[in-house]
Amino acid sequence: MEPRMSASGLAGASLRLLAASGSVIALLVGWEALARSDVVSDFLLPQFTVVASRIAEDTLSGTLPVQLGLTLWRALAGFALAGVIGVGIGVMMARNKAAAWFFDPIVSIGFPAPKIAFLPVFILWFGLFDLSKILMTAFAAIFPVIVATAAGTEGVDKYIVWSARNAGASGRNILYEIILPAALPQIITGLQVALPISLIVTIVSEMVMGGEGLGGTMMVAARFADSVGVFAGIVQIAIAGYVLIKAIELVRRRLLVWHQETQQIATF
Amino acid sequence: MTAFLWRYSPLFLIAAAWEIAPRSGMLDAALLPPFSEVMAAMARLIIDPGLYVHAAASLMREIAGLGLAVVVGVGLGIVMAWYAPVRILVNPLVRCIYPMPKSALIPVMIMWLGLGHLAKIGLIFMGCLLPVIVSSYNAARGVETVLIWSAQNAGASRREILTEIVLPASMPEILSGVRTALALSFVLLVSSEFLMAREGLGYMIAFLGEGGIYDAMFATVLLVSGIGFAADRAYLAFTRRALAWRA
Repeated sequence: MEPRMSASGLAGASLRLLAASGSVIALLVGWEALARSDVVSDFLLPQFTVVASRIAEDTLSGTLPVQLGLTLWRALAGFALAGVIGVGIGVMMARNKAAAWFFDPIVSIGFPAPKIAFLPVFILWFGLFDLSKILMTAFAAIFPVIVATAAGTEGVDKYIVWSARNAGASGRNILYEIILPAALPQIITGLQVALPISLIVTIVSEMVMGGEGLGGTMMVAARFADSVGVFAGIVQIAIAGYVLIKAIELVRRRLLVWHQETQQIATF
Repeated sequence: MTAFLWRYSPLFLIAAAWEIAPRSGMLDAALLPPFSEVMAAMARLIIDPGLYVHAAASLMREIAGLGLAVVVGVGLGIVMAWYAPVRILVNPLVRCIYPMPKSALIPVMIMWLGLGHLAKIGLIFMGCLLPVIVSSYNAARGVETVLIWSAQNAGASRREILTEIVLPASMPEILSGVRTALALSFVLLVSSEFLMAREGLGYMIAFLGEGGIYDAMFATVLLVSGIGFAADRAYLAFTRRALAWRA
C-alpha cells in the first residue's frame, strides 16, 4: 500500500513508541472515565485506578507474586514438556518411516481437535493438582510443535545432509549439527504457536480445578462478585502473556542471529 | 480404500490397546473403560435426543460468536490497513491486547453477561476477534503495491480498489486467520461450558465426569474432538473452493 516507515531511524522508532504508549494511555483514560461516569456501574466496570491499586496491594502483600509464579510454573512446565517431546516426535516422524506411519493419523486428527475437551479425563487420571494441569497443558500445546518440527526437518536441504555424511559426520552429528539448526526457524515458529496455547490452557485448568494461580484466583473473585479482583486478574494475565510472547520473540532473534530472517527482520 | 485403511491403521492399534489394557487389568477399568464400552455408550448417546439439545446449544453459540468475530474482525482489520488515522490509533491497542490468553475473559463474561448463551457468544466473539483483525490487517497491508498502482492507473476509485483488488488479494491470509480463530473458538466454547453452563457439549462432559459415568464421558470427549476435527476439515475444503480462482 504505502512504503513502510523507515523502521531503522531512531526518530521513527521513538515516534512509534510515542503513538503506542499514547493509545494505551488513551485506553486507560477512557476506561477510567467510563467507569467514573454513570453509564456503567462500578460492578460491571471498576475504575482503573482502583484496579491498579488492588494490583499494587497484592504485589506488596506477596499474594500476586505467588499466584503469578504458580501459573507461570504450570504453563512453562507444560510448554517445556510439549517442546521437548514434540520436537522429538517431529524429528522422528521426518526421519523414520514407522514413526511417520504411527504418528501421522494421530497428529492430523489431534492437531485441529479441541484438546481442552480432555480436561475431565486428566482430572480423572491425575487428580486436581499441578501434575494434571501441567500434563493437560503439554497435551494441548504439543501438536503445533510436532507439526512444525516435522515440516521443518523434512524441508532440510538434502544436499547439506549428504555433504555432511560425505565428510564423515555420524548420524548423531548430522542430527545436532545440521538438521536441528536448519529446522530451527520452523521449530521456533511451532513453539511460538504453542506458548499462548499453554497459557490459555493452564488458565482454564486453574479455573476448572481450582488450586490458586491467576486463573483460580480470578474464578474465585468472579464467584464472590469481586469485580475489582476479576479486572485485576485480566490486567495481570494480559501483562504476563505480553511479556512471555515478547520474550519468545527475543529468544527467536537471539537463536537465529545467523539466519537471514534476522538480518531483514521487520519491526512492526 | 486400502491406502485410507493403511493410513489410519495406527488408530485401530490404539483402539485395540485401549480395549485390552483395562480388560487385562493393566489399567484400572474405572479410570479407562474398555473401548467397546465407550463405543456402546457413544451409540446410546447418538440415539438419545438429549445429546442433540446440548449439541444445538453449543453449535448456536459457536456459529454466532465466530460469525460475528469474522464479520467485525475482517472489517476492522481492513479499515485499519486502509486508513492511516485508524491504524495509528487502533494498531498499538491490538498489538498490546493480542497476546492476552483469551481464557482470562471467561470470568469477565460471567460478570457482564451472566450464565446464559450471551456470555459464551460474547466470549467467543471477543476471543476470536483479535486473531481475525490481525490476520486481515497483515493481509491487506501485504497487498502488492504494483497491483494497486496499476488499478489506480487504470482509473479505479478508492472503493473499487478496496473491493476489487485489496479484498480478493488478501483473501488467502484472511481465510487462514479465520482457521486459527475456528480452532480457538472451540477451545473457548468447551472451556466456558465447563465453567458456566447448564447445557452444551462441554457441560455434558463435565456433568458425566462429575457423575462418574465415565464410559459416556469418554464417548462425549471423543465426539467433541471429532466435531472439532470435522469442522476444520470442512473449513479447509471450503477454503480450497473459495480460492480455486487463484490456481
